Amino acid sequence: MANPLVPDIGLVTAIRRDTPDVKTFRVVRADTGAGVCFPHMPGQCAMLSIPGVGEAMFSITSSPTNTEYMEFSIKKCGCLTEWLHEMEEGQEVAIRGPYGNHFPVEADMLGKDLLFIAGGIGLAPLRSVINYVRHDDNRAKYGSIDIVYGARSKDDLVDIDEIKNEWSSGSGSSSGTATVHLTIDRAQEGWDGDVGFVPDYVKKLNFDTSKTVLMCGPPIMIKFVLAALNGLGFDKSRIYTTFEMRMKCGIGKCGRCNIGSRYVCKDGPVFRCDEMDSMPDEY
Amino acid sequence: MLKILMSDIGRLFERLSSVGTLYLPIEGGGQTAFAPWRAGADVQLDRVNTDLSVKGLFFPQTEDIAFFKREGKKISVLPSSDPDEPFAVFGVRACDVRGLEVLDKVFLDDPAHMDTFYKGRRENGALIALACSSPAETCFCGAFGVDLAEPSGDVAAWIVDNTLYWEAKTQRGERLTEAVRPVMAEQSGTSAVDASKKAARDALAAAPLASLKDSLSAWGANDMLTLFSSPLWANLSMSCVGCGTCTYVCPTCQCYDVQDFDTGHGVTRFRCWDSCMYSDFTLMASGNPRKTQLERFRQRFMHKLVYFPEKYGGMFSCTGCGRCLSKCPVSMNIAKVIKAVGGVENG
Repeated sequence: MANPLVPDIGLVTAIRRDTPDVKTFRVVRADTGAGVCFPHMPGQCAMLSIPGVGEAMFSITSSPTNTEYMEFSIKKCGCLTEWLHEMEEGQEVAIRGPYGNHFPVEADMLGKDLLFIAGGIGLAPLRSVINYVRHDDNRAKYGSIDIVYGARSKDDLVDIDEIKNEWSSGSGSSSGTATVHLTIDRAQEGWDGDVGFVPDYVKKLNFDTSKTVLMCGPPIMIKFVLAALNGLGFDKSRIYTTFEMRMKCGIGKCGRCNIGSRYVCKDGPVFRCDEMDSMPDEY
Repeated sequence: MLKILMSDIGRLFERLSSVGTLYLPIEGGGQTAFAPWRAGADVQLDRVNTDLSVKGLFFPQTEDIAFFKREGKKISVLPSSDPDEPFAVFGVRACDVRGLEVLDKVFLDDPAHMDTFYKGRRENGALIALACSSPAETCFCGAFGVDLAEPSGDVAAWIVDNTLYWEAKTQRGERLTEAVRPVMAEQSGTSAVDASKKAARDALAAAPLASLKDSLSAWGANDMLTLFSSPLWANLSMSCVGCGTCTYVCPTCQCYDVQDFDTGHGVTRFRCWDSCMYSDFTLMASGNPRKTQLERFRQRFMHKLVYFPEKYGGMFSCTGCGRCLSKCPVSMNIAKVIKAVGGVENG
């Protein structure tokens, strides 16, 4: 039996700058130079590390339908992420996973109209599930797709090209179209989308409450979006979100990512919002 | 049941150490901890409780996970091998055996993600548990259903009137028994041991913390969110200095950190004990969900008394060993917390 704390080695084959502080890294197996390091489900995470620099948990941004490579959209905000932002293509990274549960793509989401709500780098885990449900193999299994995405400014929207060119029009890896609603915090020259915070925009869009909601963003956004959705009449049992806590092991043993009796690394990161009622407010 | 005179106990230790490294409670450097036996060692079999629990023999304070080499953009990894050397531990008290049962839940409960280091040591380490005859003032194992007079383990042992009695409890215990049989005598009947068991249980029932069991049931009567939001945490946590001593001496605290050390020739990734009492335990680049000592203090006790039982079928992650009571520099401890939140005055 292999030690679950010992990583495999991945190879970074492409690096894309998405925003001033977000880059997306394409990673394949280092031993064969191709393919994903391990299979995963949408919403699951992986531990990435550079020995001597640090190890941290990141959500897997690519969809499981992509078996050629994995992608990680990573915001520069600490020691390890700064190092990752400085590295060049061809760099090897240590990687282990997949960790945690996933969005219920083969369960509660089936047959439902889907509403995705993301703020900032919170799009990273949702991009995996968005591209999963949009994929030709899966699109028929779900109803309509709406995507609300907000960021500080238009320059902070992660991979806006894919959002505008593929999600809205249905090209790229999938023909499944989605209705995309974009907003930025403050007005900016050359911006014709909505201006304002995500929770207010969600209220304004006044969605049908039969939709199943998947949201991801900073904790403060999640709290306010949840309040907005409650106000619109959404049932909490139809809303899913993800939590983020500091992690070291990824397998529910190092003891630091718990919210109440649940470990975010293992019992999460995906939680149904009615579960939050029975969890202490410590996130 | 076998027996040996305490004056001949060295012969038993010699036999046991021929099977593998033998660890015993040994006094050294001002504290009693489990250390490898050697002739002439200051073995403390009367001591309740050892300063450090048996935890460290199965989950060491630090251990290397892997060694990395980085050359240019390349990374290679050399995993540490899993422990496979047989060893035996003599003199483990019932509370510490329970401590390992708690750790088993954390490290071995998930077949997909076994802790291979801990598993290797559990599979190779034999436990010779020693029943308590006179509990300390700080003992409250009874509150958690631990029987100080009938410890589980591979072998249970009792010391009564300068004689050690030995009884195998598992197959591994039977094998050990065969190894030691040549230096032991047969004992028929259990009356000497039975009287000692009763005396030990009576002593625990008369110990200062015997009433904790009642306070603990008062905990169980409240739901988790009520306990979490109790106004009592503010006062209870006020004296906590966040030193983490309670977590280090605790037989069940299993939180660990993973760190890298640059040796100059490569990078050693190791894990080491960590503590939920430390301010950077949950610190992330984006902030800290437990900003104050109140939140960190509450986490430790909620975990032991509420979250852990919720996750593992009612098992508490406290064994009543009493170490945190005697080691806390500001005399705060889990017994006071159980009493206060359970509504009993004068904790």
